Amino acid sequence: MNDSAETTLRARAGRVAAQWPALAGLTVVWVLLWGDLSWANVLGGLALGVLVVVALPLPPIPSRWTIRPGPALGLLGRFVVDLVVASFNVAWIAIRPGPAPQAAVVQVRLRNPEDVFLTTTAVLSTLVPGTLVVETERDTGLLSVHVLDIDSSGGPDGVRDYLLDLEDRVLRSFAPRDVLDRCRAQDGTEAHP
Amino acid sequence: MTEVDPGFWTTLADVVAGVSLLAGAFLTLAAAVGAVRFDSLLGRMHAVTKPQVLGLILLLLGLALRVRSWSAVTMLALVVVFQLATAPVAAHLVSRAGFRTGKIDEDALVPNEMEHDAAAAPPDRD
Repeated sequence: MNDSAETTLRARAGRVAAQWPALAGLTVVWVLLWGDLSWANVLGGLALGVLVVVALPLPPIPSRWTIRPGPALGLLGRFVVDLVVASFNVAWIAIRPGPAPQAAVVQVRLRNPEDVFLTTTAVLSTLVPGTLVVETERDTGLLSVHVLDIDSSGGPDGVRDYLLDLEDRVLRSFAPRDVLDRCRAQDGTEAHP
Repeated sequence: MTEVDPGFWTTLADVVAGVSLLAGAFLTLAAAVGAVRFDSLLGRMHAVTKPQVLGLILLLLGLALRVRSWSAVTMLALVVVFQLATAPVAAHLVSRAGFRTGKIDEDALVPNEMEHDAAAAPPDRD
């Protein structure tokens, strides 16, 4: 009785310890919110982080991922440029006289539908080009995006090419080597006819 | 190189802050105009994800350059991070809910590759 209770407790402590990236992130957020680095803030943040992780558990992320600084910086730089371009583009469409441009829904099948990469690509594609993700399918990696101005985005194929390029940049930044190789092999055979 | 007057950097920061504030204000205004003028739910979602997010980032950047205190800057950075993380998700959920409840005029979308029946196969890339 006492033994099993102890085992449960230990398993639970192990689960909390396995979530250390979430704990670290929550602690950093807490310290930033207070605006100064002190032991009280760090310990308080850590205690609150444990409370959040225990009280509001999230499913573990099954995908393996890594980070490559070079491609990640390239992704970030391209993201900033695209964000500025897309923002002024949408702003111009909003304020210019005349009717709204032709909108469309385009579907694209991503090469690697693992959660982490699917999510990253979907979030980035909503922020940057003239697209907005309306539907995603986890099993197949199918992304349906709404395009505000289909003609200036190069038609459905232009949008697809952009999104596959974006996915490529995400994968090069964060995907493990074998996943990358698999996608590359796929790339050569089907993605670009 | 000649000695740079320390006042130079303050002035430069002020100028960059001013430009950022003006650009941010313009984008935020354009986002508001877009939210009113675009005639569909999805168009409005475009207005509130792109110009709105960058507008806020520019406003906060201008603020950070003007305030110049680390505790304020870290707080503003947090706002930016949360904005970037939440705006696309919120827009996605609103759009998806719009589609699933039939609030979107799908005839206005040309082409519309997302068929009503889920069984329909998507166009092949190759």
